[in-house]
Amino acid sequence: MNPSVSKPLEIHDLTVAYQRKPVLYGVDLEVSEGTLTGIIGPNGAGKSTLIKTIMGMVPSNGGWVKIFGKTAQKSYARVGYVPQRESVDWDFPVSVLDVVLMGRYGHVGWLKRVGKKDRIIAGECLEKVNMLPFADRQIGKLSGGQQQRVFLARALAQESDLYLMDEPLAGVDAVTEKAIIELLRELKNQGKTLLVVHHDLSTAKAYFDQLILLNMRLIASGEVEKTFTRDLLQKTYGGRLTIFTEVADQSAGVREYEKETESS
Amino acid sequence: MNGTIHFKKSMRRNIQIKRIGMAWVILSLFTFPLHGEQISAPSDSLLERGYRFLTLSDESVRMVLLGTILMGLSCGIMGSLIVTRRLSLFGDTLSHAVLPGVAVGFLWSHSKDSWAILAGATLAGFLGVALISLLKKTSRIRQDSALGLVLSGFYALGICMLTRIQKMEFGNQSGIDKYLFGQVVGLSSTDLWTMAFSFLLILALSIFLYKEMLVAGFDPEYARSIGLPVDFLQYLLWLILAFAVITSLQIVGVVLVSALLVIPAATATLITDRMRPILIWSGLLGCMAAATGAFVSFLGSQLPTGPIIVLVSASFFLSVLFFHPRNGLLFKWFSSHNRNHRIALENTLKAVYQELESIDFQQDSISVGQLAKRRRASMPQAHREVSALVEKQHATLHADQSDSSASPKPVLISLTPKGWGTACRIVRNHRLWELYLTNEARYAPDHVHDDAEKIEHVLGEETVRRIERILSNPRKDPHGKLIPSQRDIDRGFIS
Repeated sequence: MNPSVSKPLEIHDLTVAYQRKPVLYGVDLEVSEGTLTGIIGPNGAGKSTLIKTIMGMVPSNGGWVKIFGKTAQKSYARVGYVPQRESVDWDFPVSVLDVVLMGRYGHVGWLKRVGKKDRIIAGECLEKVNMLPFADRQIGKLSGGQQQRVFLARALAQESDLYLMDEPLAGVDAVTEKAIIELLRELKNQGKTLLVVHHDLSTAKAYFDQLILLNMRLIASGEVEKTFTRDLLQKTYGGRLTIFTEVADQSAGVREYEKETESS
Repeated sequence: MNGTIHFKKSMRRNIQIKRIGMAWVILSLFTFPLHGEQISAPSDSLLERGYRFLTLSDESVRMVLLGTILMGLSCGIMGSLIVTRRLSLFGDTLSHAVLPGVAVGFLWSHSKDSWAILAGATLAGFLGVALISLLKKTSRIRQDSALGLVLSGFYALGICMLTRIQKMEFGNQSGIDKYLFGQVVGLSSTDLWTMAFSFLLILALSIFLYKEMLVAGFDPEYARSIGLPVDFLQYLLWLILAFAVITSLQIVGVVLVSALLVIPAATATLITDRMRPILIWSGLLGCMAAATGAFVSFLGSQLPTGPIIVLVSASFFLSVLFFHPRNGLLFKWFSSHNRNHRIALENTLKAVYQELESIDFQQDSISVGQLAKRRRASMPQAHREVSALVEKQHATLHADQSDSSASPKPVLISLTPKGWGTACRIVRNHRLWELYLTNEARYAPDHVHDDAEKIEHVLGEETVRRIERILSNPRKDPHGKLIPSQRDIDRGFIS
């Protein structure tokens, strides 16, 4: 099958549970090529879980995910993932350049070393996020916004077709936020597909052209004009789905995992 | 003589108690013989022994040196992989957890054949690691408690088994107790082969899987996202760590293995913050400590090899901690001392300037009394500050000629051109910064003094130029005082 024909991301009836407590219920989703999509929803809505399940890091309890028409395992090379900043040990002895070079590892393959070409690409990616002067700095000696930009440079170095980003705008200053959004738009214009978990409702409408409203199940997805409506947002954020959460708690039997899902 | 031996025994016992009290109770029940072994018979003279070691004429010396060097390299490299992952305690736990496996391997083969023991120990080590992750997954127990549990439990079991073995007929001369405290004498060629084998594994791991280990250590989630088998890599790391630990056990013993893993790696992280140099430094430091330790213990009598190696390693750590040219404590202390000294000097100069300014620069000198008043310091304190100025050639002293009635005549301070320049620069920095804060950062004029007191000492010439440009070369500060210009500094006088 020609990969350009099949959608970058198709999700059918995806259900995920942590410790038997459901986090996502029967999510159906299709994302078209060359779109910049924001995933919004309250804390504990399963935004990060959705992304991690797509990447195959969290096992699903039902349904399937297809990336460019294939299973996720076969599409790693075409997917770039930007994890949350907290998932990383910032004291680890790596330099900024080392981190960006990690974006090339998927291209280099096992047992081989990164080559000169990879170094050039990594340098260019750092340049794009204005972090080239910091290439030799230990990664922990940067500010939060700078670290996020390095993560983005690593994603750029991956040269993927589909990007999944977990809150790339969390904890960055306004200038960095603008720069990151501009970069995402540029990627979109190059025909890349971007899925971005976003926490700030006030900017969601301005930043994305597609939205996914999520609260344990898919509330809505599609064009911003059609999805960023009072009605749907009310459904997503307000008027908690009380029966939903109650049943979820019962089926888990215990409430102590609530923290775990809330943080994700 | 007896007394010193007794003293040593109790010393070692103390360490044991600190490390792991539970196991000690069991240990003391069986009254295990405590002895760290040394390499040589103490009959020859120091010089002779040194000669024998350095010429490597002795077969046993060659084996010991090779063994310790392999061990130092292996543990050094392996240690840097686990220390940077914050898994130092895992090494310790693993070294204790392999003990029952050592016993089983020995019971199975009825000899201290290294391969059987290696297999048994590896299995036991893996069992321990698996138990830790099982505890973490299925219970509320946190990782540190799980580590403690497995460490002490396995260790206690291991000691029970080894003690039983010692009481058996075939176990009598087995030397199996060397796994507890280490013994370098009985190193066989099989031992050396297993050490070489594990060293090659470690080398291969750190060369061929360097980038995989790097990304899995830094950002495991991302590593998974590019299709790396992170869990497999983790288990590979455990396996090879187990090899490193087990092959080192017989030289330094269960308790001290973790020191070989942690100390060289910790030392390396003081020297650099990049992975590759850490690996290399750690390997080298481990190797150097091992060789030096072997040498020292060979020279001296009554010196056990394993603990000496650890002590040498620790002394390397301390030397780097204090004497490293960039990150050493001594250097840091020295530079902070220097900075404080400079700041004190500059504050004195500033006071002299302000005092001169208060009399509209009608005279070119002030008295020590005036300075003391301005600095709110006692006279002796002011005198000390003045002599510091004179010593650095920022000022000269002379007797007051005008006031002939007073005796002794008060001492006057005049600034040298160098002192004048520095004083002008500090005052300029202070007033420029105040102006910058009020004009650009919209501070209230009465909020800026304290900040300027600190910034004036760190403002570089380049920053000063930029501020001057931004404020378009101002003449007066927010309080209406003149800001000394470059012209004033050159002229040596303010006008």
